[in-house]
Amino acid sequence: MQKTSKALLGLAAAFVMSSALPNLAKADELTLCWAAWDPANALVELSKDFTAKTGTQMKFEFVPWTSYADRFLNELNSHGKLCDLIIGDSQWIGGSAENGHYVKLNDFFDKEGIKMDDFVPATVVGYSEWPKNTPNYWALPAMGDVVGWTYRKDWFEKPELQKEFKAKYGHDLAAPKTYDELKQIAEFFQKREIDGKTVYGASIYTERGSEGITMGVTNVLYDWGFQYDNPKKPYEMEGFVNSADAVKGLEFYKSLYDCCTPPGSSNVYMVESADAFKSGQVAMQMNFAFTWPGLYKDEKVGGDKIGFFPNPAEKAHFAQLGGQGISVVSYSDKRDAALQYIKWFAQPEVQAKWWELGGFSCLNSVVNAPDFTKSQPYAQAFLDSMAIVKDFWAEPSYASLLQAMQKRVHNYVVAGNGTAKEALDGLVKDWSDVFKDDGKI
Amino acid sequence: MTISHSSIVEKAADATARATPASLARHVRGLSDRAIAWLFIAPAITLLLAINIFPLIWAVYLSFTNYRANRPNAPVQGVGFGNYERVLNDPDIWQAMQTTAHFVFWTILLQTVIGFALAYLIDRKFRGHAFWTTIILIPMMLSPAVVGNFWRFLYEPQIGLFAYAVSLVSGIPTSDVQMLGNVSLAPWAIIIVDTWMWTPYVMLICLAGLRSIPDYIYEAAEVDRASPWRQFWSITVPMALPFIMLAVLFRGIENFKMFDMVTLLTGGGPGSVTEVASITLKRAAFESWATGRASAFAIVLFVAVFGLANIYVKALNKVKQR
Repeated sequence: MQKTSKALLGLAAAFVMSSALPNLAKADELTLCWAAWDPANALVELSKDFTAKTGTQMKFEFVPWTSYADRFLNELNSHGKLCDLIIGDSQWIGGSAENGHYVKLNDFFDKEGIKMDDFVPATVVGYSEWPKNTPNYWALPAMGDVVGWTYRKDWFEKPELQKEFKAKYGHDLAAPKTYDELKQIAEFFQKREIDGKTVYGASIYTERGSEGITMGVTNVLYDWGFQYDNPKKPYEMEGFVNSADAVKGLEFYKSLYDCCTPPGSSNVYMVESADAFKSGQVAMQMNFAFTWPGLYKDEKVGGDKIGFFPNPAEKAHFAQLGGQGISVVSYSDKRDAALQYIKWFAQPEVQAKWWELGGFSCLNSVVNAPDFTKSQPYAQAFLDSMAIVKDFWAEPSYASLLQAMQKRVHNYVVAGNGTAKEALDGLVKDWSDVFKDDGKI
Repeated sequence: MTISHSSIVEKAADATARATPASLARHVRGLSDRAIAWLFIAPAITLLLAINIFPLIWAVYLSFTNYRANRPNAPVQGVGFGNYERVLNDPDIWQAMQTTAHFVFWTILLQTVIGFALAYLIDRKFRGHAFWTTIILIPMMLSPAVVGNFWRFLYEPQIGLFAYAVSLVSGIPTSDVQMLGNVSLAPWAIIIVDTWMWTPYVMLICLAGLRSIPDYIYEAAEVDRASPWRQFWSITVPMALPFIMLAVLFRGIENFKMFDMVTLLTGGGPGSVTEVASITLKRAAFESWATGRASAFAIVLFVAVFGLANIYVKALNKVKQR
């Protein structure tokens, strides 16, 4: 009898302990998942204030960009509990909302007085809303990002080059305002000898495997008049994706690739583009704004040697949106604590510090502050860029849509197969097939 | 004093018997030899069923549905042979199969010819042959990720040694030697790397074949005054042929699944010229999450490899029996 009682007592104690342990963890620790890059390090620093204030330890799961989508979409699809909070890519919003991966934040925002009007409108649409342009929020804008350009200010300021450029093109050698100007500058620098080294015009995105060339090509296409679909009839793409203007835009991107990129630029994305700039190979570089703080700090090409400018204009003026919102994972056991983190992160003083540390805040009070443009050398370019952003499809099937575009545009721009018109006609067909599968057309 | 092997086994058996609880021992004593054999094999078979057979059956089931792994809550509906029909009518998939066949053909041809030639040379047992064997084997000991990145830099037009060497020999400017960005050259860039990495593997198997040929056959041929050329074609090649065919089988199956090297070197580009079947499959399964269609594609690939391998193994057995 005594033995039985002891055994029962032991079992009960074990049961209580096993069920109590997760509860202890609930209050003590939150795991935040994101990509492994410079802004993530800034967030680690920033989050120390959250721990100091609430006592909740922050654990971080950062994955390199190359496996970021694979790793975390697998985690979400398998209803994993690894991440309590996730900073997921902007294109994931549609799928994550429809598949129930993210907690809908409307009630929480209302309860805590968090207003989406306080954030840059484009980032709310890009990072938080699904369906787009409806007040259904699945994330808080966390890391504003956009494709822009850096240039070698020191090269541009060389008097002999300025003189030669003006004589050739009739205007000053300065950060370009239009794509025609950008191409002139790129041609001017292509294979030029500067400081005893052969340099090239520009580094642009051409990567095939993930999303690189799409992120590059869309910058140009938007400015020439490309639209994803008929504004009056969703998913009607004929004449919008493959309009005559869109064709011209794609032809321009190919001409830029052919004339003015360094040899071996057939598979370039963020890292390769930054490397081309850092190693002094190119006069200009297309890249996401998140790379700017690191490049500005670079001893060889940063400081006074680097300048920043937003995506140039043509018929229209747009730039490809990057960046992400922060969401609470619906499978987390620590939902309340995760929401508290979001509440803390949304505070103006936290957002101000976020910008100081190297994160890119999306809060109006930060980016519209009187001294914001003087706070960093790239602040003005960032602000101007965020005002003109446009994003890729955020549909649940965005990955299939992305794959089709990667293949079609790489085939034309880099491999040189077919014409721009054929590439965009093919894209309309591929995208129509995806939407037919989804039952949307 | 030497201890015999059987006495060690007996002692181990005694120790096991002593350690076996009496209740378990009573049960075991009642079992037949066959039952005990099954008892030992059962864990391995269970594991095999769980890891190999069940996923295969599950994939066959999924290939007849519209299931998408990223939408687990959506209703799963049967689509009959719809996925198979779509896979077999998809020009992109045929293009990927054609690309794969191109890779398999050229890599096997080059690796077999070079691998056998190297094995033949090494088998001569010249001075320092052991050292050279070790040097030749190094590429296959490296991880494909390392090899992929290593060759990406070698192919780099501005700083790569490959472009420099080609330029030195041909006079073409290094900036024009764009192995990975050129539609015509990119497939060959991958074939060169795969050949560099896996030729040593073929060489090893061929070397085993050459070393298995008894010396007395060559001695008899010498007595009959057969020329070295005649000895090569009448003795060496036929007797090493089963080994060569085995190497071709292994490399063929491996190269049909080629993924890592292509991903690292070109990502499937330029355009789609290096997009092999495994990359298309991965994109369908884990990027588009078209799980049902991807399963159908996987089954088609499986049947193709399994069928071809079976035909080949039959041919191999015939050669061995000659």
